[in-house]
This record gives sequence, structure tokens and C-alpha cells, in this order.
Amino acid sequence: MSAKMRPVTPSQTIGPFWHALAEPALADLTRAGATGPRLALAGRILDGDGAPVGDACVELWQATPAASPAFPGWGRCATAADGGFAFTTLAPDPAAPYLAIAIFARGLVKPLWTRVYFADTGDALLAALPAARRATLLARPDAAGWRWDVRLQGEDETVFLKL
Amino acid sequence: MTAPAYLPFPPGSQPPYAVLTYGSTTRRAPYEPLVALAPTIEHAGPVFSPDQLPAVADLSREAGRDALGERIIVAGRVTDEADRPVAGALIELWQANAAGRYHHDRDTHDAPLDPNFRGAGRVFTDQDGRYRFVTIKPGAYPWRNHTNAWRPNHIHFSLFGASWGARLVTQMYFPGDPLLALDPIYQAVPDPAARARLVAAFDLALTKPEWALGYRFDLVLRGLHATPFEGAR
Repeated sequence: MSAKMRPVTPSQTIGPFWHALAEPALADLTRAGATGPRLALAGRILDGDGAPVGDACVELWQATPAASPAFPGWGRCATAADGGFAFTTLAPDPAAPYLAIAIFARGLVKPLWTRVYFADTGDALLAALPAARRATLLARPDAAGWRWDVRLQGEDETVFLKL
Repeated sequence: MTAPAYLPFPPGSQPPYAVLTYGSTTRRAPYEPLVALAPTIEHAGPVFSPDQLPAVADLSREAGRDALGERIIVAGRVTDEADRPVAGALIELWQANAAGRYHHDRDTHDAPLDPNFRGAGRVFTDQDGRYRFVTIKPGAYPWRNHTNAWRPNHIHFSLFGASWGARLVTQMYFPGDPLLALDPIYQAVPDPAARARLVAAFDLALTKPEWALGYRFDLVLRGLHATPFEGAR
């Protein structure tokens, strides 16, 4: 790397006291009047002991539908004491039925990057994973919409990504 | 011609997930290796505007009343690895007050709250990647990581750059702080030169005489590069 290149600033933990950033409205990406098929996604973040992670920041990004003044394409949700989070958004393009997810928390000195899929598309990422690991990226439909739990560590550990 | 891609991080420049000296990582750091992703939607990202999220660039006052503590100006520049400015970047800030207490329900530190300090701000970078805000120098505070553990003075930064993969959450520290050598979070970055970049520089030129001291803190976000070597010319 030449002298002109500047290394990326190191990541540090978001810590336990980040909630000034956690306006509840940010978890509803349809709040500004977005129209189109809705998608409700809920789940829990659990640690290596299966205990709820009650101080995490879960963020999502989706490229479709395209962002507009009515639809930010981005959302943020603080987990509750039971580790739960919930987003309301518009369904992504069926040709690429997934959302990008980033998880920040006390005890995470850098974000965990992952994706949640609403169909097993067999795309390059999913196809490269053994079935049991692939399943950790697949939301399942339930009465309220879609359910997706995240296990940070150990048994059924969610697949985390290197960008 | 290859698709634009992120450069790998230089070795030691980012902390590992599992940090033996930072207890909260024990049950939260993944065991499995990360799976390499060829990004698709991650090469785009949200765009924020001050119309939706108004800037809050002065944390040192609340409803016209001055917070207690040492008023400081923090300013700097946000670029990518090739020194290209990141314009319009959203920066979110939060911190403890001058006594080392957060305006937060779960902060039980025996130190006073300041009704005139909430400790949260939001600024955007200009066309040259520059930002500036005014605040109060945060106090150190104890935490229960180990016996007599104290966090060094720090300001939390959250940044959104030009793409999802550029997202950065970090902490800015202050020069000369004796707690830096003892802090497992700061020390989690293996390369001493890399972690030193988390320490702001005192900058007399940024001070406002008779009013506030100034600190400069530049940040570098991941950028998309035509080839892994393009930026190195």
C-alpha cells in the first residue's frame, strides 16, 4: 500500500448507551407513506448461551424498491429486553428477495454483517453454504409476517459475512 | 475491467470479534469464520438529508442553557482510502457528560446528570468531506469489565458513507489520556499505529479564543475501487 493510501478508521463497539439514535419510527420504513407490498420482519438476537441480547442495534438496508422521499430503504431497531426486534418495510424485488443486515452491540467491537432471505434463491452466497448454515439466513413465514432469529455464537450460529 | 470492490483491511488495523480482555465479547463474538460475500446491494446504501434528519451541531446547550464542563470544538474530514472526500455523510454522535454520566436509563454510574446536556448530535459532511460540532469534553467513567476498570474520555461516532459496506461505528479519544493504555476496547485494535488514529489531535487553529478548545479528528471510510490497486498509484 503506497503512502497515499489511508487505512480505514478502526471500528469500536457501539456500547450499551447508544439509544439516543434509536427513534422507534426508524423501524417502520413505510412511515412516510410508501406504497407497495408490505413486509413485516421480526425476530430475536441471542448470544452464545441462548440469552437475549437486549441492547443491540439492528439495521437493514434494501436496494429495492428504490429509495425515494416516501421510502428510505434503511431502518434501525433497538432490541428489547427479550432480544426482540421488528421492522415494517416494503417487500424487496422478488428477483433478489433479501435485505442486508448489520448488527451492532456492546461486546461487538465491529459490526456483524449478514442478510435475511425470503426465498432460497440459490444465489452465489446461499449455494456456497451447507444446508444447515444456509437455513440461518432464511426467514420463515408466520402469522405476523416473517420470522428470523439471529444466533451470534455457537449452536445454529447465523452466517456472518465478510464484505 | 473488474467491478468496483472494497479493499481488504490492512492486517491489524481492525479489532477481532473475540477480545479476551473485553468480557462482553465472550458470548457475543461468532465462532465460525466469516463467509466472503461478493456484495450486490451492499455496494449501494442509504442517502440521508438534513431535511429528514435536521443537524444538531451544538451539544453544549439545551434550550438555550449552557451545559457544565469544558466546551470543545471537534472538526475533521471524512475521506475514503484514496483520500477522496465523502460528501453528505451522516455522522451521529453520542457521549457522556462532563461528569462521566450518560443521559440514559441504564447508566447507573454515581455521577450527576446535567439537565442542560443530553449528549446526542448529528452532522453532515460538506462537499469537501468536512464536519464540525461543538460539545462538552466527556468525563471518564467506571465500568464492570474488570477490577477498577475506567473508560477513557471518548465520543461515539456513527457514520454512513457512500455504500452499505462503508458503515462505521467508532469512538474518538483524547490525546494524552492515561486510561488509553488500560482500555480493552481501545487496545482491541492490534496495530498501535491504527489505534492511534482513534485519538483526536489538539488543534490550536480550531479553538475559538476565549470560548472553546479545538480537536481535529479525521475519519476514513471504505470506498469502492475499480481494482484493488487503482488507488495506490
